[in-house]
Amino acid sequence: MNKSLSAPRSAEKPIPKARFGMRTRKLLADLATYAILIFGAIIMAGPFVWMIATAFKLPADQFTRTLIPNPATLENFQTLWDKLPFTTLIFNSLKIAVLSTIGQLLTCSMAAFVFAVVRFRGREFLFVLLLGTMLIPPQVTLVPNFILFRTLGILKYSPQMALWLPAFWGGAFGTFLLRQFFLTIPRDFAEAARVDGASLWGIFWKVYLPLAKPALAALAIFTFLWSWNDLLHPLIFLPADLDQTTLTVGLSLFQTQYAGRWTVMMAGALVSIAPVIVVFFLAQKQFIEGVAMSGVKK
Amino acid sequence: MILLVPTFIGLVFGTLGSIVATIILSFMKWDLISPPQFAGLDNYLGLLKDPLFLKSITVTVSFALLYVPGTMIISLGVALLLNRKLRGTGIFRSIYFLPVVSSAVAVGLVWSWIYAKDAGLLNYFITNLGGEPVNWLSTRNALYSVIIVNIWGAIGEGAIIFLAGLQAVPHDYHEAAQVDGATSWQRFLKITLPLLTPSIFFQTIIVTINAFQAFEYVYVLTRGANGASQIPTMVYSIWQNGFRWFNMGSASAQALVLAAFLIMLTLFYNQLQKRWVVYE
Repeated sequence: MNKSLSAPRSAEKPIPKARFGMRTRKLLADLATYAILIFGAIIMAGPFVWMIATAFKLPADQFTRTLIPNPATLENFQTLWDKLPFTTLIFNSLKIAVLSTIGQLLTCSMAAFVFAVVRFRGREFLFVLLLGTMLIPPQVTLVPNFILFRTLGILKYSPQMALWLPAFWGGAFGTFLLRQFFLTIPRDFAEAARVDGASLWGIFWKVYLPLAKPALAALAIFTFLWSWNDLLHPLIFLPADLDQTTLTVGLSLFQTQYAGRWTVMMAGALVSIAPVIVVFFLAQKQFIEGVAMSGVKK
Repeated sequence: MILLVPTFIGLVFGTLGSIVATIILSFMKWDLISPPQFAGLDNYLGLLKDPLFLKSITVTVSFALLYVPGTMIISLGVALLLNRKLRGTGIFRSIYFLPVVSSAVAVGLVWSWIYAKDAGLLNYFITNLGGEPVNWLSTRNALYSVIIVNIWGAIGEGAIIFLAGLQAVPHDYHEAAQVDGATSWQRFLKITLPLLTPSIFFQTIIVTINAFQAFEYVYVLTRGANGASQIPTMVYSIWQNGFRWFNMGSASAQALVLAAFLIMLTLFYNQLQKRWVVYE
């Protein structure tokens, strides 16, 4: 914006009065922008602030409307860990999210590399077919996957596997995202490595993967978040048993058990989003660039 | 070529296999206990008479009609404001993005506390201003209240996509137009908006898909003691049929109806795209 404003300023130099008018107008526009952005920020951040404020209040103080808990207490967190296997819930969510992320990074990058670099018959057809599956809502696969995993005995012996195993058979979104990135890497790199005697796997592992770090980071973030925050799949595939299930399902079970006990519930909600928020503030750039990347590259 | 094996397995067994299996199951009656029975078109005919399913279509379509334009307009507005690149806009960008990374269950719990009829924050403000407390999650209001939460949760993502699109608009265009005496409103209509149409197109599809898959906030905010909701979306109805009542056939038929909706909408947008999306 600044850049575009500098041009007319020089054009209007002979009439200083108009320049002054423009400057006042810009100031008013800036103030209005701030006013709207601040109002929006209050609405966006408000629920988080209220969550934190309530989580640190004594249960008896839950209906006080103060933002600063007085006295502040950790009692609600104590209740969470006393009454529920909270550590197990966190561990389950973490395990599923980490395995899913590994699976997606590995299989999507492998497929993306082939689609971007290797020429073979039917490549375009296969790629378009893969992209076409993005049109199919994931809910279509719920029932057959449930029946498949049940028939294979996975739901009985290791239900969590039903959640992370599909991450190991690739995915249209991740493959597309990484392929677009791989295409920006000059082919000369691959040719040079081949002349040096590198195998296809070597080119993939030593040349392409290290160069694709930003795209891999974006995919890792998406997959981890998606898995950590997912409710529908664990609700369906995992038994409603607190030792097996994830944090999201645990919290929603909790909602019925602890109805009306808002301080404890807010403490639980806070615990479930705190790690994500911390990582978000540390790796903001990757988060935001990742989202922008997924939208622009199309 | 071994590198392609997992994806190939996923494509054949995971996705294409699932689709075929869902189609076959949609012609069966199966409760997972007794053996599956061929049912012909019964599941589909049953849907036409199933009040829950019919309601879920009304709910989902109304949801999309309000949620899609709401999310698009607000996130475009936010992106335009952030694109003025004033000092501190980075902080605003992060704050607006917070709901996108947060779990819908956790955030849904907070909203249920804010919406609570007797002691919720919203009714506290309203009664303090002299109003009557509102039952935000009653049958009449729940749809709107849940849509507000969904829009709130989606603004950040849309704003980032639009911001990336806005930053790709060349400065020269604006400078040239300004020299020619175009007002900022004219520049917005004639330069920014047309160049933003690819982002708008992409985001409309994403937001529409999200609208038709709405589940989590509905589940957290409106699920009653018996597992039913006053505003069942299509995915909610699939979940109830398939995984609470174990009507695998009916759930499969509903999933296919949902898929058909989404494919038709995407094709429809694609047709529109030819008319109004401007590619440089």
